[in-house]
Amino acid sequence: MIRYIRRAAALCLVLLVALLLNAARVMVIQADELDDNPANRRIAITRWGQPRGEIVVDGRPVTGSRDSGQQLRWERTYTQGPLYAPVTGYASQTYGTSLVEDAEDAVLSGTDPMLAPLPLWNDVSRGRQPGGDVITTIRARMQEAAFRGLDGKRGAVAAIEPSSGRILALVSSPSYDPGVLSGTGREVKDAWARLTTSPNQPMLARAFRQTYPPGSTFKIVTAAAALDAGVVTDPDAPTDTPDPFVLPGTRQVLPNEARGCEDASLADAIRWSCNTVMAGLSVKVGLEKMVEAAGNFGFNDPGLRIPSWVARSNFDTDMSPDQLALSSIGQFNTTATPLQMALVAAAVANNGEIAHPHLIERTTTAGGTTVDTTGRRTYRQAMRPSTATRLQDLMVRAVEEGTGTNAAIPGARVGGKTGTAQHGLGNTGTPYAWFIAWAQARDSAQPAVAVAVVVEDASADRTDISGGGSAAPIARAVMEEGLRLEAEGRGRGGG
Amino acid sequence: MTAAPPTDARPAQDAPPPGVLVPKRRGVEFSLLVGAVLISVYGYAEVGLARSGAVPPDAARYGAGLGLLALLAHLAVRLRAPYADPLLLPIAVLLNGLGLVLIYRLDLETPGDRAAPTQLVWSTLGVGLFIVVVLLLRDHRVLQRYAYLSVATALGLMILPIFFPAVNGARIWIRIGGLSFQPGEFAKILLAVFFAAYLAANRHALAYTGRKAWKLQFPTGRVLGPIVAIWVLSVGVLVLERDLGTSLLFFGLFVIMLYVATGRTGWIAVGLVLAAAGAFLVGSLEPHVHGRVQDWLDPFASIRAGDGPGQLAQSLFAFAAGGMLGAGLGLGHSVLIGFATKSDFILATAGEELGLVGLTALFLLYALIVARGYRAGLALRDPFGRLLAIGLASILALQVFVIAGGVMGLIPLTGMAMPFLAQGGSSVVTNWVMVALLVRVSDSARAPRPDMADTGVIAPIVEDAPVADGHVEDPR
Repeated sequence: MIRYIRRAAALCLVLLVALLLNAARVMVIQADELDDNPANRRIAITRWGQPRGEIVVDGRPVTGSRDSGQQLRWERTYTQGPLYAPVTGYASQTYGTSLVEDAEDAVLSGTDPMLAPLPLWNDVSRGRQPGGDVITTIRARMQEAAFRGLDGKRGAVAAIEPSSGRILALVSSPSYDPGVLSGTGREVKDAWARLTTSPNQPMLARAFRQTYPPGSTFKIVTAAAALDAGVVTDPDAPTDTPDPFVLPGTRQVLPNEARGCEDASLADAIRWSCNTVMAGLSVKVGLEKMVEAAGNFGFNDPGLRIPSWVARSNFDTDMSPDQLALSSIGQFNTTATPLQMALVAAAVANNGEIAHPHLIERTTTAGGTTVDTTGRRTYRQAMRPSTATRLQDLMVRAVEEGTGTNAAIPGARVGGKTGTAQHGLGNTGTPYAWFIAWAQARDSAQPAVAVAVVVEDASADRTDISGGGSAAPIARAVMEEGLRLEAEGRGRGGG
Repeated sequence: MTAAPPTDARPAQDAPPPGVLVPKRRGVEFSLLVGAVLISVYGYAEVGLARSGAVPPDAARYGAGLGLLALLAHLAVRLRAPYADPLLLPIAVLLNGLGLVLIYRLDLETPGDRAAPTQLVWSTLGVGLFIVVVLLLRDHRVLQRYAYLSVATALGLMILPIFFPAVNGARIWIRIGGLSFQPGEFAKILLAVFFAAYLAANRHALAYTGRKAWKLQFPTGRVLGPIVAIWVLSVGVLVLERDLGTSLLFFGLFVIMLYVATGRTGWIAVGLVLAAAGAFLVGSLEPHVHGRVQDWLDPFASIRAGDGPGQLAQSLFAFAAGGMLGAGLGLGHSVLIGFATKSDFILATAGEELGLVGLTALFLLYALIVARGYRAGLALRDPFGRLLAIGLASILALQVFVIAGGVMGLIPLTGMAMPFLAQGGSSVVTNWVMVALLVRVSDSARAPRPDMADTGVIAPIVEDAPVADGHVEDPR
């Protein structure tokens, strides 16, 4: 019997070895694959097992965390959600993250290795650090002024500090509260369905994710191209353009809204927004130089990030002369994001150079130690500095005595350009009202702010819609706040 | 082992003759018990520290309770089974203690269901029965007398749940009032006793009589008939009750014991063929089992179908999350498995929170008990005791293999309790009785007593019997 007992014991040993080998297979060899299975909730549980770091505006967090007591424990909350939604985006346990919540997710969720006290610390401890904070470049008062100015109308505002590229305001209207997407319940799904199907597209960050025909505001780009190319040497000299202007190669006539555009100078064309003059100039500049100029302002760049990706602004590269003429006044296929047009204004204000636009000032650990700082980088040299100086003058005159008088600010040097973009089939859609501008305090060395405003309000009376009427006052309000903040800053710096 | 001097040898009335000094090793058992209790209390405290940053307020009470149970069991062993294997009781206490820790830890995730206190009550009852068995059962050979009573009781217990409503698809529960228990658990001890007694009495007839057909020696129907009938009946009842884990266990137990008793390899072949045929039939005809086989073949099918991970997939996720060293007690998420986390899938919690290292340690603890059971079987001289020891140890081995292999995707999942670890009163109590019987047979195996002749004859133990070399070699 002993022999058989030994054999039965050997069988038990075989079973034990099988169990141990199988355990090693599951827990070591296949472990990574199983850990990464999308149906495995552990990653999400760990991710939401601690509060996220905060997104900070003007020294104050605009986000928060709430202990839900659920499996995915900490839910995101937002103070003034609709105001900052185009900046923060959402951090939802059901629908993931967007915008800054997405771009800086590693810092906010605590997985960024830079947050750890020592290199490879997280790998060794198998843990994660408390979520770090993200300090934005947004100025609360400018953001509020822009949001208030839009007053629920469909539209967007982008404001930049021209010298540094810091994005000071980024507003989209109508907006939504990202907080309703936090969590996992029925309400979250309902809110998502409501928001994503709403005709008003509240979740669209219009300031940098939506492109519009820029209309007459694009004339700044055309003017820069004409000056740089030497097609215009004296902005005050007549340009020898007929009114009305027949588009080259066609019988189609391009009209003007303004009067007195026949043979007008570049200065007057900017001041009164003459379509004919700018169309004529672009044809003289030629397709190649126009495409190059637009590219120098950032058009046709699909790779711009702030750090969230920015929709590509378009200027067609293959066009007939009549199409080029239309494109050069911001029609045809030319489209731009509000952020792109703010960069156009900033280029003029900053002597032709565009600093890389950015929304994140720096990131810190939960304890406040800086992890990473966004430095100033050049994005593009849009035009020659001398061209920029001339355009500054022309834009100032447009505000002082032209279409942009609604943007004038006492005691400040303000340059602006209106735009009223036709769109829709046969231009039947409600036009978009544009205004781009920059402002410099009299006692300051450089402009404090460049801004672009677009208003697409279908409910407004069509005749009321013009860049000068609807958009310029919003731009002025934003710039006033910008100048005030700059003055306060200089006061602090001086005192 | 025998070379080491006795640690606590005291001059006893029944001291072995000079030259055959057998150490009792009760001191070793006591120290191991202290270790087992300390490890369990440490685990309990660690769960509290990991979860809320504080030692659970009742940690001391838990430790004292477990310690008291261990001490009482130890005293019973010291009194009535002084030569028992010193590893059996400490391992049982450690496994039971760890099981309580794991269940307590899972209780924290399921506020509506607190299973640890209930489990503690059952454990107490189990240890109580352990003490009763050790104290009252002076010689395991007494059980041989009750072979037929055992099998009758076992069948009765197994048939009883048919008259009660099914719980979660299996008719294996008896519910009276708020209490429920699984009679099949108790039946396995009784069946092991019957198999051991019957095979011990008839093993020669089984091995040497009957017709020979194509290399296989078939025993006569008169000898083989009763035991096959019992086995077919019990497996049949379990299949009816859809308790496939236990039917697999009984099948394996029967084959192993038959093999050990007769030494006929052919029986194993026949058994395997029968098992394969039975498994195929049940697997293809019974939808419940068919689903489990499908799940085993492809645990992630439900994920691809968009229905989320099934239990087996969740269990595999838990094991994988444990990795080499585990997440730490209290820090895993095995509660995601949902249904049966505390019972059938308790091993997943162990795997996730203790890692491969901890899981290996657990498997080795089970292997030690099994090995000690086999060792007692080898050392015993009466065939009944041998077969009983082998049977009990094999039940443990098979049960651990079937459930651990099931929840880790090695074999199709069959609902079964991990001995001592899993939530379940009937299971804990049964396991304690099994350990008590193993303690009893190991005492007989190690005691320097004159042994009865290897005839299976039951005789009262004479305390001061003269020492004689009763060792009889295996007749074959």
